[in-house]
Amino acid sequence: MQSATATASFESPPIDAVGVEERVARLCSRSIKKDAKLQALHLTLSMIDLTTLEGADSEGKVRQLCAKALQLHAALPDLPHVAAVCVYPALVGVAKRALEGSGINVASVATSFPAGQAPIEIKLLEVRKAVEAGADEVDMVISRGRFLAGDFAYTADEIASVKEACGEAHLKVILETGELGTLDAVRRASDLAMRSGADFIKTSTGKIKPAATMPVVLVMLEAIRDHYLRTGEKIGMKPAGGISTAKDAIRHLVMVRETLGQDWLDPDLYRFGASSLANDVLRQIVKQRSGIYQSFDDFSL
Amino acid sequence: MTDSTPSTGLTAPKLRLGIRDGSDDGWGYAPAPESTDHVELRDRYGLFIDGEFVDAGDGRTFETANPATEEKIADVALASDADVDAAVAAARRAYEEVWSKLAPRERGKYVYRIARVLQERGRELAITESLDGGKPIRESRDVDIPLAAAHFFYYAGWADKLDYAFPGRGARALGVAGQVIPWNFPLLMAAWKIAPAIAAGNTVVLKPAETTPLTALKLAEIIQDACVPPGVVNIVTGAGETGAAVVQHEDVDKVAFTGSTEVGKLIRRALAGSGKHYTLELGGKAANLVFEDAAVDQAVEGIVNGIFFNQGHVCCAGSRLLVQESVADEVISKLKDRMETLIVGDPLDKNTDIGAINSRAQLDKIEEYLEIGEEEGAEPFQTSCPVPERGYWCRPTLFLHAAQSHRVVQEEIFGPVLAVQTFRTVDEGIAMANNTPYGLSGGVWSDKGAKAFRVTSRIRAGVLWANTYNKFDPTAPFGGYKESGIGREGGLAGLHAYLRPEAAA
Repeated sequence: MQSATATASFESPPIDAVGVEERVARLCSRSIKKDAKLQALHLTLSMIDLTTLEGADSEGKVRQLCAKALQLHAALPDLPHVAAVCVYPALVGVAKRALEGSGINVASVATSFPAGQAPIEIKLLEVRKAVEAGADEVDMVISRGRFLAGDFAYTADEIASVKEACGEAHLKVILETGELGTLDAVRRASDLAMRSGADFIKTSTGKIKPAATMPVVLVMLEAIRDHYLRTGEKIGMKPAGGISTAKDAIRHLVMVRETLGQDWLDPDLYRFGASSLANDVLRQIVKQRSGIYQSFDDFSL
Repeated sequence: MTDSTPSTGLTAPKLRLGIRDGSDDGWGYAPAPESTDHVELRDRYGLFIDGEFVDAGDGRTFETANPATEEKIADVALASDADVDAAVAAARRAYEEVWSKLAPRERGKYVYRIARVLQERGRELAITESLDGGKPIRESRDVDIPLAAAHFFYYAGWADKLDYAFPGRGARALGVAGQVIPWNFPLLMAAWKIAPAIAAGNTVVLKPAETTPLTALKLAEIIQDACVPPGVVNIVTGAGETGAAVVQHEDVDKVAFTGSTEVGKLIRRALAGSGKHYTLELGGKAANLVFEDAAVDQAVEGIVNGIFFNQGHVCCAGSRLLVQESVADEVISKLKDRMETLIVGDPLDKNTDIGAINSRAQLDKIEEYLEIGEEEGAEPFQTSCPVPERGYWCRPTLFLHAAQSHRVVQEEIFGPVLAVQTFRTVDEGIAMANNTPYGLSGGVWSDKGAKAFRVTSRIRAGVLWANTYNKFDPTAPFGGYKESGIGREGGLAGLHAYLRPEAAA
């Protein structure tokens, strides 16, 4: 059990879920057309963490993915490149070699992803191994069990230790919001992660539904905004899981623009964790430029 | 609210929120105007009397214009006393000969039919509403028109169930209702007035506001298309004199008025001793109380919805913000940031948050209050949003450090202007909320459910919202205390206002 004072130091403001949903609905009513849409589509591409996190992932699969990252669509050579390729620790080296010199980062999930149910020593070792293998970014998961049991101090300490193990690598902290149950818990976990050293906060592993719902992302963006206004420190945001269409992505950008402002419309501070989003965005870019929708078969896997 | 940031030599963190399209290196929204191609507007509109569109007897007309461009849209007939006479006579005839004899279920069918056509022609009506009145298409499309249809649907359901509406008492219609409505929600107010009246078995003469007659006249077309018997609904257009003729007409049994408290008082005097039934829905100066335990971001959203919805042309607008001192700095700073994201401009653009002020006269009135507020010592804050050159516009405005004795706190401005005050304790907040001649509405923001109920029950106003604002539903009664009016519209209470109780059969 936590003492009252320990709990008090992890306080976060209350969140009204009905009000959040209403705000999201209003943001979703923004209509993004023409140049604004094309600009948003390009921005989205540059923010994607192209991801493969399957038990069946192999060197071949990761090389495929990296090749896609390097050349999204051969017919459109002037596109921005994605922000990163995200893989399991064992495949970081493969990705690193494939992406060398491209400016595309290698991100690795770690800390016994996705469940996080391993001793802390093993988690830290995994993080160090991923960084040694060349990971520029580490995506950790929080121990949801401990967090939901009210052991906020443990969660905070764990994040701080992982941050230390990351060294120069950027740390993204996955809250796995689909397991947290309420928006109040999402806000509390966001605040806790930011205060413990997260460079980014991230919604989900992609293994649990619901994942990056708009209300959850809005609450996290508001937490980032409050943290920035209080400390001057800009924390990044990464929704992951469930964002598969260009339309969804643009709605997220609208939400970022009206909550955090222009500074966060940047791959350094906003990422989409997605596996199928890129091709839908590419298809929309082709449509915006040519007026014609192409078949998905015209876009490489 | 002093700036409490410690002096560190560093610039305070600031969000870059208010970047407009093309004005900076940031990402802005391209214009997204709603197409007006399929909206047919006539150059000239007549009065709708006895099922037909007719010119005014003396041929007089007035112009209705688009407040966003100041361009004329159409000439509209100006009804004289004689025209009002003809309309009331048609309504009386329709009441005596047709509507009061019709089986209630048949009456209901007509009302349902109006509701359905309103939905079918929703897009056209929304565009017309935004063209004629200046409100953003997002609101006319998502609020005004769907709610207007919902009122007809709701009251259509009551038409054949009046015997069950007030158990133990029978009820019958009053006769002819004279109704006068304002310009802020033209079609919605017409629906609030017409739907319960005709569903209950009355016939009506309705006068829309002179700056926004078009959707009511389109409603007349719909009523014609729906084959509602001639004379059941009559619409006479004109200004104050026409309204006075409707209200004071000898053969009108019931008066329903929505508008200013000033005119409401005149009507009440004029009706004294006449035996007419009446309901008056008048002005307001609602307090929106934000307590220190509120969910701040959602409260800020509610404050924005409370005062900037429909350019603040809302009688129940939350035009006084009362915020507890311990959270005042945070709430106000977040409110300013949120206001920076509000887009003022073309009402037909789907991204517009705040459209045009309804008329030159209303803009003058708002601007006068902007001067008064500053003279009284309140500190103005306006956002940096650019506004178009032509048309009537007012940026969203705060008056900080406003005081209970200021006119901008006491008087209804009816524009996007919010007076901001602070309070220390729950009792003080309630006392300030109640210290007003009005009593139409109010809002309370607290994450504590028990507190929300306790506080709302102590505020003397007809409509109170907790942790939300400006929510309307046809089943919910709406109306005020004190100088905000008499009687209720909406729900069963709104039905009752068009009926005369009878001893049970």
